[in-house]
Amino acid sequence: MAWFLRKSKNISDSSPAQREMPDGLWTKCPDCSTIIYRKELEEHAYTCPNCDHHFRIGSAKYVSVLFDEGSWTETDREVRSADPLDFVDTRPYKARLKEAYSRTDLPDAVTTGTGRIYGMPVAFGCMNFGFVGGSMGSVVGEKFVRAGRRALESRSPFVFISASGGARMQEAALSLMQMAKTSAFLTELAEAGLPYISILTDPTTGGVSASYAMLGDVIIAEPKALIGFAGPRVIEQTIRKKLPEGFQRSEFLLEHGMVDMVVHRHDLKKSLYTVLSHLMGGKRG
Amino acid sequence: MASNSTLDFEKPIVELEKKIAEMRSLADTLDIQPQIEELEQQVERLRSEIYRNLTRWQRVQIARHPDRPYTLDYITHCLTDFVELHGDRNFRDDPAIVGGLASIGDTRVVVVGHQKGRDTKSNLYRNFGMPNPEGYRKAHRLFSLAERFSLPVICFLDTPGAYPGLEAEERGQAEAIARNLFQMAALKVPIIIVIIGEGASGGALGIGVGDRILMLENAWYSVIAPESCSSILWRSWEYKEQAAEALKLTAPDLVDVGIVDRIIPEPVGGAHRDPEAMFTTMQSVLREELSVLGSITTSDLVTKRRKKFYAMGVWTE
Repeated sequence: MAWFLRKSKNISDSSPAQREMPDGLWTKCPDCSTIIYRKELEEHAYTCPNCDHHFRIGSAKYVSVLFDEGSWTETDREVRSADPLDFVDTRPYKARLKEAYSRTDLPDAVTTGTGRIYGMPVAFGCMNFGFVGGSMGSVVGEKFVRAGRRALESRSPFVFISASGGARMQEAALSLMQMAKTSAFLTELAEAGLPYISILTDPTTGGVSASYAMLGDVIIAEPKALIGFAGPRVIEQTIRKKLPEGFQRSEFLLEHGMVDMVVHRHDLKKSLYTVLSHLMGGKRG
Repeated sequence: MASNSTLDFEKPIVELEKKIAEMRSLADTLDIQPQIEELEQQVERLRSEIYRNLTRWQRVQIARHPDRPYTLDYITHCLTDFVELHGDRNFRDDPAIVGGLASIGDTRVVVVGHQKGRDTKSNLYRNFGMPNPEGYRKAHRLFSLAERFSLPVICFLDTPGAYPGLEAEERGQAEAIARNLFQMAALKVPIIIVIIGEGASGGALGIGVGDRILMLENAWYSVIAPESCSSILWRSWEYKEQAAEALKLTAPDLVDVGIVDRIIPEPVGGAHRDPEAMFTTMQSVLREELSVLGSITTSDLVTKRRKKFYAMGVWTE
């Protein structure tokens, strides 16, 4: 394993902003430049021990942060993106997908499954920002609904972690419809009286924020995550003004009443468990 | 309707029309009457030829034509007894979304739609048809009203997108749209969606979940406008034609992928060329659709609506 896993800038094909945390032995915090040893990073739930910067991590690391050891079962891994529109921009969508599958070993921009949080069974999904910017296409929508259905069938809560730039452009209107599809499913969960907890991580924008991400019975955000409908650059171009410091960050959303709490990744499992215990503890019937 | 704005691909038609007008103004019109008639036929042939072979980008241009009928035009001409209702009871009234109570034949309905302006002043007032959160929340309020009083809902979609502004974000643009998707998916009254012009992304979908999705022949509907798509994927604003092609954003394209249920034909040359004919078609389509939906029980309606959206998407496994 390399000490630092850093690719040469010349051959990198996605901007640094599109990537998740690299898997080297040592990692440099992008905020305070502290060099952090891998083991220490793990112990701190992939946050900087010095400045609390929350690294962008994918589903595998969230599973290790949230679920009881040995309780996790992944589902629907074989559901893969197709290219229904034969979409070609500067490169064919098929080629982008092929590259993303081989580079990341991820089952698309979402991983779903079931596990236990302090013994409580939970149906779960988590987006992978490292897969085409965590963009929501048909696969994300379908797997969201299937994961949620497992919650319905086992009468357990549904927890979903968002990390996405929005809808996947290469699936055009079909990706737009995933907003409606996922939101429609959540009405079934609500009718069944089962809790849906939405966890927002950096970044949660576009069509994902304007559908299931903002529909949680309780919404939890990680510190300083970018959360919004329009991206900051688009807003700056529209209003021709510089945006204020901290605009569209978790703390800003908390202040404006858009999320219930901002929780450090250290405490995520505990907070989640407490909220779920309350919501599942009502006397029914 | 006299058009003061000609689309590029319509120029050959306009040239011929000019020629005819010149000939008519000649002193001795009688002599050249046969030639004029010949030219008029030529214009019609040319027009139907051009409109049969429209590219996707050309359709986008027609969908944005400044003379195209907007939501309030359809409300005025296809519905009766319209009472506009204002405000979200929370922040302010958003003029980019209009709505209220109306009748079509003897059916009472709630109608909601995006509203663009026709000149600079009215466009500033309507924010170019780009809603803020309070617009979606007004719609939410009207949908609740519809449910409480068992009134079917008709929504006209025509927006370049939800407004990407600072205050819009502060007031929860994402939440406002998401809340409507959730509400409309399980609303206990029939909902008919008609995409009449531009259906840009979440800003359009925010009032666009329903039992029947209808689309005008020259409207467009997609996850992003071709220009923005070009700027993101091609990193230049120059590839809008290619982006429009790649996005497959026309009515026939969307029927193919199972998103749109029915295409409403427009008069040759687009809805703005013969608004009266357009309104007549729209009215008869709406009556027909309402009567079909009216015979379905409420619980079947909601079950079918959710299933309709669950079926959207293409994947392999």
